Amino acid sequence: MLKGLLGKKIGMTQIFDDAGVAYPVTIIEAGPCYVTQIRRPESEGYSAVQLGFGEIHPKRLSGGELGHLKTLELPPLRFLREFRSKSPDVSVGDVMKADVFASGEHVDVVGTSKGKGFAGGVKRYHFRGGPKTHGQSDRHRAPGSRGSGTTPGRVYKGARGAGHMGDDRVTVQNLKVVLVDVERNLIGVHGAVPGPKGGLVIIKEARKQ
Amino acid sequence: MTDLLKAVEAPANPNIPDLRPGDAVSVHVRIKEGDRERIQEFKGTVIRLRSGNGGQNGNFTVRRIASNGVGVERTFLLRSPRIDRVVVERHSQVRRAQLYFMRGLSGKSARLKQKFN
Repeated sequence: MLKGLLGKKIGMTQIFDDAGVAYPVTIIEAGPCYVTQIRRPESEGYSAVQLGFGEIHPKRLSGGELGHLKTLELPPLRFLREFRSKSPDVSVGDVMKADVFASGEHVDVVGTSKGKGFAGGVKRYHFRGGPKTHGQSDRHRAPGSRGSGTTPGRVYKGARGAGHMGDDRVTVQNLKVVLVDVERNLIGVHGAVPGPKGGLVIIKEARKQ
Repeated sequence: MTDLLKAVEAPANPNIPDLRPGDAVSVHVRIKEGDRERIQEFKGTVIRLRSGNGGQNGNFTVRRIASNGVGVERTFLLRSPRIDRVVVERHSQVRRAQLYFMRGLSGKSARLKQKFN
């Protein structure tokens, strides 16, 4: 069985187990996801399943996307993502709901982190910045030295410094599923998930369990 | 989206009244001992309230003076299923939201003036 879902991050809250222990939980609206295509080694050279999620007004999609979904008699969907799977025992048009995962399982969650714009070294790489006192006027958040001196006479590529931060694809591994609500298609995972509320997240089976 | 969050959150405990800093309260806590459940009282003064997203993730801290004048503070989560009920025994006149100054006081000076309303 294919273990993967697309979902929308709803937000974080606190829930209690039977013993009264509180857990920080991220709630994800995961589904309904539709199987929109199956990629096979014979035809595409690899095997994967394409899932679609998020109904949307048909005007928002390009003709190609609409045509792809229309031939399958599926609603217009905002997101299409592939999941690698060696033996996907699903067929095109299947609907996948939150019960793909069960409470107690571990999952990896992929999201797009919040964009921070052009950020300095202190925020981006936890540089310490300069001294706060002893006559400092504008060195409080300065990066300091970026490299050596006359040799090599240049800054090595990849040196850490200021630059664009966030808006990256981020995976969080081994989050425990603590809540599954099939009726509302909600999944609750223990801990935080990258991205803003309302952002797309991809839930996969944990690789390292 | 907030409706979806509400759907999974624990409902407010009707047996917890509105609390204020300085209230003398008795918190009835459910304690599990093996397969038996009993209720333990924790009596003291509310020294801090944290609302936490409209009460959902909120908590409050109760301070009491145990034997030998040792101060004991316990923090309770507002939506915790372990709390059976909270009884407010009296309100006090306080001018602060957090009564951390109580930690430095003992004996007669650690009393609060009662507020009637």
